[in-house]
Amino acid sequence: MKLLRVKAIAKKELIQILRDPLSLAIAFLMPLMQLFIYGYAITFDVNNISTVVYDRDKSSMSRELISEFQASGYFTIAAYIEGYKDIDTYFETNRAKVALIIPEHFSKDVKTGRPAQVGVILDGSDSNTATIAEGYINAVGLLFAHRLPGAKVLPVIDVRGRVWYNPELKSRNFIIPGLIVVIMAVIVALLTSLTVAREWERGTMEQLISTPVKPVEIVIGKLIPYFSIGFADILMAIGIGVFWFGVPLKGSPFLLIALAAIFTFGGVSFGILISINARGSQAVASQMALLSTFLPAFLLSGFMFAISNMPGPLQWLTYIIPARYFVTISKGIFLKGSTLEMLAWEATLLTLFGAAVFIAAVKRFRKRIE
Amino acid sequence: MKSGNDIAVKVEHLTRRFGDFVAVDDISLEVRKGEVFGFLGPNGAGKSTTIKMLCGLLLPTAGSGSVGGYDIMTESEEIKKHIGYMSQKFSLYEDLTVEENIDFFSGIYSVPPQKKSERKEWVISMAGIGDRRKSVTKNLPQGFKQRLALGCAVLHEPPILFLDEPTSGVDPISRRNFWDMIYVMSKDGATIFVTTHYMDEADYCDRLAMIYRGKIIAGGTPNELRLEHMKRDVLEIEVDRTVDAIDILYKSGVDAAIFGSRIHATVESAEVSAPSITKLLEQSGIRVLNVEKIEPSLEDVFVTLIEVS
Repeated sequence: MKLLRVKAIAKKELIQILRDPLSLAIAFLMPLMQLFIYGYAITFDVNNISTVVYDRDKSSMSRELISEFQASGYFTIAAYIEGYKDIDTYFETNRAKVALIIPEHFSKDVKTGRPAQVGVILDGSDSNTATIAEGYINAVGLLFAHRLPGAKVLPVIDVRGRVWYNPELKSRNFIIPGLIVVIMAVIVALLTSLTVAREWERGTMEQLISTPVKPVEIVIGKLIPYFSIGFADILMAIGIGVFWFGVPLKGSPFLLIALAAIFTFGGVSFGILISINARGSQAVASQMALLSTFLPAFLLSGFMFAISNMPGPLQWLTYIIPARYFVTISKGIFLKGSTLEMLAWEATLLTLFGAAVFIAAVKRFRKRIE
Repeated sequence: MKSGNDIAVKVEHLTRRFGDFVAVDDISLEVRKGEVFGFLGPNGAGKSTTIKMLCGLLLPTAGSGSVGGYDIMTESEEIKKHIGYMSQKFSLYEDLTVEENIDFFSGIYSVPPQKKSERKEWVISMAGIGDRRKSVTKNLPQGFKQRLALGCAVLHEPPILFLDEPTSGVDPISRRNFWDMIYVMSKDGATIFVTTHYMDEADYCDRLAMIYRGKIIAGGTPNELRLEHMKRDVLEIEVDRTVDAIDILYKSGVDAAIFGSRIHATVESAEVSAPSITKLLEQSGIRVLNVEKIEPSLEDVFVTLIEVS
């Protein structure tokens, strides 16, 4: 391997990226936009659930209960209705997700010590919100019961959960560390996937393969600038996560950065392997890069859905998705402050993946027209 | 390049198929060291396929051969160290400047750092692109691009050069300039293998091979080709109405074609046919300005050979 040749290719590739607005946009604009859009859009926190109230009691006690719901911050009263039919109207037009029905004899029941029931109807078409809303309703109800004068509602077992690692249970804190991984898996592969295909498409590859340059020199030379850009992107994304979204980074930033470098190396190697296999078509290459990174990283990396809940074969599939390892690493370092010993398994597999894909790319590169 | 004999390129029974299509059909040829070897033929005859096999870019289906003493089947990477190749399609980086392209190929060919700037200046001056060195290649006229491409292919001073249609799509003056460059390199001792479909360029070559539909139909020096394959004479006829004249000649069975504003007629004997053709045309009211026997051009030779084959 000659350094002179690797250097020539790396320099040429860098000049080309810097002169190509599309490459620059993919490299810097796309990750920024995705990070902000997904960072704000994906949240499991439920606030201000629009609620309609059918108050058949119309007593001071029922009004107290309603204001208790309002004060919790989770519910916004959209309207007061006068009949069950109205619930349909509000649910169908998406103006409400929860209906609260207070029966006629509510205050009488409470005062006489009989069990008082409050009806709740939830819009199950958004099951996630419905489940969370149900939890909030129970909590508010319990709180209200406790504060009633002379209340003797004491649970037999008092369960008091304590949440570790993300005590505020802010969904953003666990979404951002995974989101960084998903976005970078896509960007790095997409960006790199064009580099070899473009040369075949434009005819410059024919000139290049007529020279004594070796496949390993071409692959390394091309990877250097893409690795640098991908790595800069990851640093940028981590920075935005910590300083803009305020996600606490509990573990070692250096460990995170070092493992990010290994992840980036695997990503660019994978991109160039796609590019080599998509011979001659940039369109095919970018499609392949998107398909093989976005959905797997999004769905099978453990970013959105816990791998342990997946059916067996799907769980096995996740092992060949490098994002899986880096999602675990990123969440671990961000939220739990995991150390390298704790992440040894993921770090090892991530490294093996990078090495295997890099070797495959060099082996697959042909200096012939087929 | 391995020394020892004076053959730079040698192929025997070289064949390349693409599915059912035989692009190159059992060709054999030899190129001596230091000569300018022309590979002539119309578009699609198999010139580029042959040149790609010689450069180690395409694996032959059958046959054998060597370039610079290295086997084209097994030592293609060795071959690539000793050749310069210029493909038919412009294949430098259009988004790089003239200098950036030169620097890139100089790195790829591992030109030693102490020689780098000397080679760069040599290429720039030979190609006559000194005032465009900072221009992005995309914006250069075609002639400049071709000369730059040639320059980039010879940065490492290869002993053998393969040029695939280097002058196609270039104006006549640029073509002349380009051939001047080829001569400079030939004088320095390089072997040059050049393909072209411009028959007038054939005379610039030391030796030629003519290829048609994948087969070599003739070979030799330009003069040998003329003497061997042009048994008949060529008459150049100048008349006042060329198109009408050629119609009349066709109808009476004379083998004739328009060359510019004149007519070339291939006849058994100039002495016999010149007066009879003149008479034939004048009877039809066409004014014959001049009829003379000319040295057949290589295009005449080629046309004759195709008719025979």
